[in-house]
Amino acid sequence: MSDQTVERAADLLEQPPTLIPTAPARARLALVADALRLGRTRFGLAIVALLVLIALAGPLVAPHSPTEFVGIPNSKPSGDAIFGTDALGRDVLSRFLHGGRTVLWLSAAATLLGIVVGVVVGLIAAYSRNWLDDVLMRSNDVLLAFPQIIFVLLAVSAIGPKLWLIVLTVGLTHAPRVARVIRGAALEVVERDFVKSAEVVGEARWRIVFAEVLPNVTSPLLVEVGLRMTYSIGLVAGISFLGFGLQPPSADWGLMINENRLSITVQAWSVLLPVIAIGLLTVGTNLVTDGLSRALAGIDRQADS
Amino acid sequence: MSAPVVAVSDLRVELLGSGVDIVDEIGLQIHAGEVLGLVGESGSGKTTVGMALLGHVRRGGKVGGGAITIDGRDLGALRGEELRRLRGGVVSYIPQDPGTALNPALRIGTQLAEVLEAHASGWSEDERRERVREALSEVALPSDEVFLKRYPHQLSGSQQQRVAIAMAFANRPKVIVCDEPTTGLDVTTQARVLETVRDLCRSHQVAALYVTHDLAVVAELADRVAVMYAGRIVESGPREAIFSAPRHPYTRRLLRAVPDIAGKRTVIGIPGRAALPGSRPEGCFFHPRCPLADDESRSAFPPVTELGGGHTVRCFHHAEAVQRAEPEGAGQLGPRTVGEELMLTVRDLDAHYGASHALFRIDLDVHREECLALVGESGSGKTTLARSVSGLHSDYTGQVRLRDDPLPQAARRRSRNARKEIQYIFQNPYASLNPRRTIGQSIGRQLQLFYPGSRADTGQRVAECLERVALSSSAASRFPDQLSGGERQRVAIARALAAQPSVLICDEVTSALDVSVQAAIIELLGQLRREMGLSMLFITHDLALIRTIADRVAVMNEGRIVEEGPVDKILTAPTADYTRQLLANTPSIELALGNAPPTPAST
Repeated sequence: MSDQTVERAADLLEQPPTLIPTAPARARLALVADALRLGRTRFGLAIVALLVLIALAGPLVAPHSPTEFVGIPNSKPSGDAIFGTDALGRDVLSRFLHGGRTVLWLSAAATLLGIVVGVVVGLIAAYSRNWLDDVLMRSNDVLLAFPQIIFVLLAVSAIGPKLWLIVLTVGLTHAPRVARVIRGAALEVVERDFVKSAEVVGEARWRIVFAEVLPNVTSPLLVEVGLRMTYSIGLVAGISFLGFGLQPPSADWGLMINENRLSITVQAWSVLLPVIAIGLLTVGTNLVTDGLSRALAGIDRQADS
Repeated sequence: MSAPVVAVSDLRVELLGSGVDIVDEIGLQIHAGEVLGLVGESGSGKTTVGMALLGHVRRGGKVGGGAITIDGRDLGALRGEELRRLRGGVVSYIPQDPGTALNPALRIGTQLAEVLEAHASGWSEDERRERVREALSEVALPSDEVFLKRYPHQLSGSQQQRVAIAMAFANRPKVIVCDEPTTGLDVTTQARVLETVRDLCRSHQVAALYVTHDLAVVAELADRVAVMYAGRIVESGPREAIFSAPRHPYTRRLLRAVPDIAGKRTVIGIPGRAALPGSRPEGCFFHPRCPLADDESRSAFPPVTELGGGHTVRCFHHAEAVQRAEPEGAGQLGPRTVGEELMLTVRDLDAHYGASHALFRIDLDVHREECLALVGESGSGKTTLARSVSGLHSDYTGQVRLRDDPLPQAARRRSRNARKEIQYIFQNPYASLNPRRTIGQSIGRQLQLFYPGSRADTGQRVAECLERVALSSSAASRFPDQLSGGERQRVAIARALAAQPSVLICDEVTSALDVSVQAAIIELLGQLRREMGLSMLFITHDLALIRTIADRVAVMNEGRIVEEGPVDKILTAPTADYTRQLLANTPSIELALGNAPPTPAST
């Protein structure tokens, strides 16, 4: 036997239980606790918290109404308008403080919708293991072939720029992506004996799927929530920028970029503020997601070795 | 006697960082041509000691003291290249699972040649080829070109393990470390592998360390035995001394936990939990589970006591231990009444897995309060049969009847009463409990399913269920990973019994457990069977185990029942060749020592 083989065989045969002095305290949110030990997660969480605070509390502290004309268009920052005025002469700061809510709630609602539909489809596909699995997953593949933005734009240009339509289409286009991840994670879970044990005593199928299997895929699910949130923010802001979201004169970050993009060389703040905010928000959610998935990988390593 | 080939003194392996010891104060010697059996239950540190002889410490640990001398060389002084030359050359290793130890992408011939290249680089191509052939014929494998060109996946488990043995012996090592090389193999395969290892050690005068949890295997193979408990060697000595005159209370209890095909006796579990590194008690590590514990053993770890003839023990009370009468195991042997009424009937059952035919014309009867053991090697179809009976596997023809009612194939189509009456306990308690649910939730759900009641009431009923399997009611708030394997299996039993079934299907319920825990579970099942009047279908691969629990046995091979009859008849006068072969290959402590049926208390 070669030396490497000895070495490798020795590693493979390690029995970790003897190396773990005490059983780790069981916590349903062990993944979150692990993730929070990473700097990136905390940093990301801080960014997200800051921006959520701006979006929620912003309208309360805004010095002006978002639609009030406070000065000549594209004026430089001054005492009255700290970040100057936009292309129509409205206060940039006030519009910025008012403009975050829509992006946030649209993204959150779309994420929620995508996760719920995706989880249901993914779990059912994984548990059924028959023609239904094939039907669901092949339809998934077809949906995955369309870029999300195309799908959403198609819908809003056909039906009109409705907010509910944005939530619906963004959410539904997330679903196949979520479904694929959840099905993958659940495939291993449905083969375990506790599922058989529930089958043999005659538990209802829906109960096996949602009460036995679902709690065992919460970790990848949590990562998926973060990832879909990141994509939602980008998509919603993009749609808004393209003019299919909130309509003028409403204040909205994506819309602000669109309205002021021509005057960016004259008065950059009206574009920069929303750009920075959207950028930071996606970076923040991404960092949190990354922290979660790193913590997840760490947990998996321990369990496998 | 000449100087030992392997000498370990005062070895300590500890965790990096915390410095908690995994094993400590390990001392052992192995002479050329001698096999030392290192026995211990999981977590005892036996594998750590075995690895240390290879100069390897698993990740996260380090050697914290002591010395290992192999063939006159101090292992601690060797570094890098020297150590590598020693491994596989002077010391070699036979792994537990050859399936993962052999490289699936390399042909057998290439793997064997690789070993030789690493250690006999001066050899010519022809010499090497000659040695490869020699090594293969030593382990009774063909050495023609066709065989050398095969890949590991084209070999059977036994052949793979013999290739691994051939690789270990190819460089004519002086020392060989065997880490449970037969665990997971069928008894027939195990017998051949053991014979090969024994013959090679004798003929090449190799000093072997045989690490295992299986006392019967050690009794058949080893010259000397060392028993480990919680990271210490608590007793060591010649095979006969350890098996017929054990002095340490742990060794004595461990031997009483081992079922034996040859002795008509009960098995008895060891109460309590094994102490894990970092949570070991003050004083003697065994004292919390020891009937002889006193203030002395609670305050200090006993020193090594020489008993003469190379027999050593670490116990203050080794003299008293011998005098102490051991209790009898509960729930076994003894007079039993088996009802006439047929509880479970299987008629003409043929099962399929897709295109493959798994079971052929199976007929079985289980009477009221009877335990029928279903014995067979892996692939014999015993689990498929159990799953068909319980309705987990529905691709079968023929009939399964509960009392007089024919049951539909799938569990889902069966009546609620049928599902309640037949309960299934799974092999692996690590997988059969939902890790995200507390014990109380798991058992509570079962109660709600069959006996709906109020929430407050459920808590009380869960506590009663736990009490029945000798667990405290505080276990209800725990998650499965906070319990030991034995405790988890008790929970699984409690959950099955919560339905108040009349037929219990036990699918290899002890095979994932340590022998002392297995004995305790057997005791528990036996007691419960009597108290609750249960009928049981007990599936196992271990013939030795059935004597303790079963009334009748059905022996399965390749999807057919080859023989059926009362336990005593099958074990003493089997008629089928297959049963005879199984019996002959099942290792037995009593037979290895040439003993009449045992009475440990008389030694």
